[in-house]
Amino acid sequence: MTTLTKTEGEKAPTGPDSFLSVRDLRVRFSTEDGIVKAVDGLSFDVERGKTLGIVGESGSGKSVTNLTVLGLHNPKSTTVEGEILLEGRDLVTAPEKELEKLRGNKVAMIFQDPLTALSPYYTVGRQIAEPYMKHTGASKKEARARAIEMLTKVGIPQPESRVDDYPHQFSGGMRQRAMIAMALVCDPDLLIADEPTTALDVTVQAQILDLLKDLQQEFGTGIIFITHDLGVISDMADDLLVMYSGRAVERGSVREVLRQPKHPYTWGLLSSMPRLGADVSQALNPIPGSPPSLLNPPSGCPFHPRCAFTGEVPGDRCSTERPSLGEGRAAACHLTAEQKQSIFIDTIQPRLR
Amino acid sequence: MLQFLIRRLIGAVVIMFLIGAFTFFLFYTVPQDFAALSCGKNCSPENLAVIRENLGLDKPITTQFWEFMTGIVAGRDFATGHCAAPCLGQSFSTGEFVWDSILDRFPLTLSLTVGGLVIFLIVGLGAGLLAAWKRGTVADRAVSGASIVLSSFQIYFLGPIVLGIVVYQTGWLDNPKYHPFTENPLTWAAGMLIPWVVMATIFTAQYTRMSRSTMIEQLQEEHVRTARAKGMKQSYVFFRYAWRGSLIPIVTILGIDLSALLSGAVVTEFTFDLAGIGRLAVDSSLTKDLPVTMGVMLFGAFFILLLNILVDLVYAYIDPRVRLS
Amino acid sequence: MSDNLTLPAQQGSTGASTETLLKVEGLTKHFPIYGGFPIKRKVGAVQAVDNVDLTVGVGESVGLVGESGCGKSTTGRLITRLLEPTGGRIEYAGQDITHAKRKQLAPVRSEIQMIFQDPYSSLNPRQTVGTIIKSPMEVNGIDPAGGREKRVRELLELVGLNPEHYNRFPHEFSGGQRQRIGVARALALNPKLIVADEPVSALDVSIQAQVVNLLQKVQDELGIAFLFIAHDLAVVRHFSQRVAVMYLGKVVEVGDRDSIYNRPRHPYTHALLSAVPEVAMDDETENRERIRLYGDVPSPIMPPSGCRFRTRCWKAQDKCATDEPPLVQISGNRDGHLTACHFPEDPTTESRGEDVVLDPALKALEESAGKD
Repeated sequence: MTTLTKTEGEKAPTGPDSFLSVRDLRVRFSTEDGIVKAVDGLSFDVERGKTLGIVGESGSGKSVTNLTVLGLHNPKSTTVEGEILLEGRDLVTAPEKELEKLRGNKVAMIFQDPLTALSPYYTVGRQIAEPYMKHTGASKKEARARAIEMLTKVGIPQPESRVDDYPHQFSGGMRQRAMIAMALVCDPDLLIADEPTTALDVTVQAQILDLLKDLQQEFGTGIIFITHDLGVISDMADDLLVMYSGRAVERGSVREVLRQPKHPYTWGLLSSMPRLGADVSQALNPIPGSPPSLLNPPSGCPFHPRCAFTGEVPGDRCSTERPSLGEGRAAACHLTAEQKQSIFIDTIQPRLR
Repeated sequence: MLQFLIRRLIGAVVIMFLIGAFTFFLFYTVPQDFAALSCGKNCSPENLAVIRENLGLDKPITTQFWEFMTGIVAGRDFATGHCAAPCLGQSFSTGEFVWDSILDRFPLTLSLTVGGLVIFLIVGLGAGLLAAWKRGTVADRAVSGASIVLSSFQIYFLGPIVLGIVVYQTGWLDNPKYHPFTENPLTWAAGMLIPWVVMATIFTAQYTRMSRSTMIEQLQEEHVRTARAKGMKQSYVFFRYAWRGSLIPIVTILGIDLSALLSGAVVTEFTFDLAGIGRLAVDSSLTKDLPVTMGVMLFGAFFILLLNILVDLVYAYIDPRVRLS
Repeated sequence: MSDNLTLPAQQGSTGASTETLLKVEGLTKHFPIYGGFPIKRKVGAVQAVDNVDLTVGVGESVGLVGESGCGKSTTGRLITRLLEPTGGRIEYAGQDITHAKRKQLAPVRSEIQMIFQDPYSSLNPRQTVGTIIKSPMEVNGIDPAGGREKRVRELLELVGLNPEHYNRFPHEFSGGQRQRIGVARALALNPKLIVADEPVSALDVSIQAQVVNLLQKVQDELGIAFLFIAHDLAVVRHFSQRVAVMYLGKVVEVGDRDSIYNRPRHPYTHALLSAVPEVAMDDETENRERIRLYGDVPSPIMPPSGCRFRTRCWKAQDKCATDEPPLVQISGNRDGHLTACHFPEDPTTESRGEDVVLDPALKALEESAGKD
């Protein structure tokens, strides 16, 4: 199925279809309280035309990772190590000029809150046309025509007149549509969507998610879809990466990860989440405690202080030794494959009815 | 927008009327015979009565106030002749029409204020932008440090020092003096340069710090990040996106500072011994010359209100959310 | 009519009785809008809540769902009397409290408590946790046996916090723990009804479940009735025995949990349920109906005439614009399952022959993709 098969830290050439390859990415911020290890040894690949879902709670490093891909982090307080290979070119070491040519062109981004992510001072049309003029060298007139075309595509009514409106004259859903139009205006190969529907109402969210899927079909765009919502990811993604405390703890196809999860954290997420199809008499099983501080992450496996299954692992490996994420379909956990299988079937699955 | 403007103008007229009334009646709470003041030492009761009648002081206070206010709109007649609208009355002490004295003095104050304003906006905002652009570098620290030092200065302290160095010690410039702009722009600028710089210094420091901090705030806004994510050049993002947003708080503060700027002009006029409106205001209150005080108060208020409406228009220009609401 | 709302205990409705605790009739809240020229005057109103009927039984938990602007939070604030109603009637334990004055309200206030969404801003950062939880008792002059401090420690223990943390400040706690403090404060006066306004939506998934379980424990063990206001349909389903669905200030459908989630009749309820992204744990989840509405919720300033949902409804006809549909029991519905619709849908959420797609962009894209 996928080429999500690289081991951590490996610097192998990327697979034939792999458009973006992140290898052993480490991102650190220096703050007043100390060094924040926002991302710690992360590797993943994105295929052309496919969607990689990245799921995690606040502070898991999922958003930081993707700002780093485009070099949008603050260079003064942030150190980035590892490789971000876009068609074989390393973006970590690329100069700002080169990144500027990529941004909005080959790689575009959609942010969570379209109200704050669009400038209140310029018309929607201008904001869509800007990157088109910059990257294609189109004239003002051509860019405007293109903006209208894109607005039509994303379903803005009367695009010829709405193109001159300001973002505050749009409703929340319309603003996110405009944001999508802006991101797709140069037909990018990769779209990074950072919680694009979290600020929207559920019926609008459904429209936007379907719109993204349909546009992906038409444009053949690869998508990195970042969210905290497993339901949304289940709907959107082909492959899935579960992040916890700046690391990837599980990866595989969406179907595999959600139907046969192998990591205790993924188990915890699934069994703490109420679902429409679940049995209401079945109590939720929350993960105890809170997510760790990235200033001082736990030793060994970062999930061990909240994990119910550390007793199954001999010795104190969980608290001393960092489990590695194997190749392909994998979970970074010291439990053996048989243990994972039997715990899931005996303990976890009954909770998910 | 037009409705908003009309409403603001009506409001301005009401405020002017209230300011006028307040000043007028406050003046009369001072137990003082104004006629006696202008009559001099050896004043006969007959003389006093004549003066009183000439000045209109024999009428009830409310009538005097009414005549004063209607004079602004329609003009009025004095014993010495007709005073055309806008008539702000006649000085108790000199007999001059107040409007004429104001017109006489206004160009100086206007030159002082506008010149100072232009200098501190250019230097202050420029330095702030530079510091924000080079945040965390030596340049940033130098600008920030200098602005803190400068902001602790006062006009009456800085003025004599500058005079001492530039005029008396080295003789680079002449003592500040007002030459009308229409005569020779160069001599005009040369004469005003020292007061401009001294007055602007105090404001420059404040605006440097403000523009630096609002810029840094704006650069962290999400829409600024979006602009970068679109591949726009750093300088484009800086000036088109972040700068546009930081203008709003700056214009707000500027609107509030306009009256501070006028009082800064008064202090500057005193410091450099220039005969402007500020001078006129202070002198008239000391000599209890009611019409002049009234005139200057109303004129100043009118000016500030006008500028505030201008600030609102600038707001609407900068922010479409204001314009289209 | 509102008698219909009080149900005999439904399946799974543990602890719910038929005795009515809170009865709301025709509750209305309009926020005036001022404008005009040259003198500002009232030119309109945001019809935030319009003619809402609702009952909550003793010990029952009722969910209130809907999207932003539907008036669910305003309803909660009206019931707790944080807002003054424009019209209608709120009856608590047989007593009319619609316009009760401060003094008359005092005994009722302690019985109706509120939990807020944001555990960061709803706690005073300069007060210790002990003081925060104690202050409602002080304000209402309540002296529990053993003293207030002892009671606070019991409450901390009840909500799963360490009683030793009595003297700590809110910032020393995590988001989930702060929401527990909010729960403890609400419990301090032994309330009979808690209005919980989006109590878990600011929390991470794993923490959400902790707080939901805590609220469920509180409801079961202390027999407290809940009005649970949330936009998350799955959380509401998990927590509530009865559910009311609101749209633009109106209740469009109300009923027991099973009726609303499995046998909904109102097209909006169908659209809402179909829009919820669900984790596909098995193939069954994929057999849900697909309804994609168009656009956002209209403004509550000028809500559509007749049925307020008609502008986004695929079944709307002329009648929907002229006649406002009453909230009634439609034939085939269980007792207490009321729907405000002229042309109700079939009572199922299963996939129909054809998807309902109203969004023109989606339609166009899907048609062109279908042709290829």
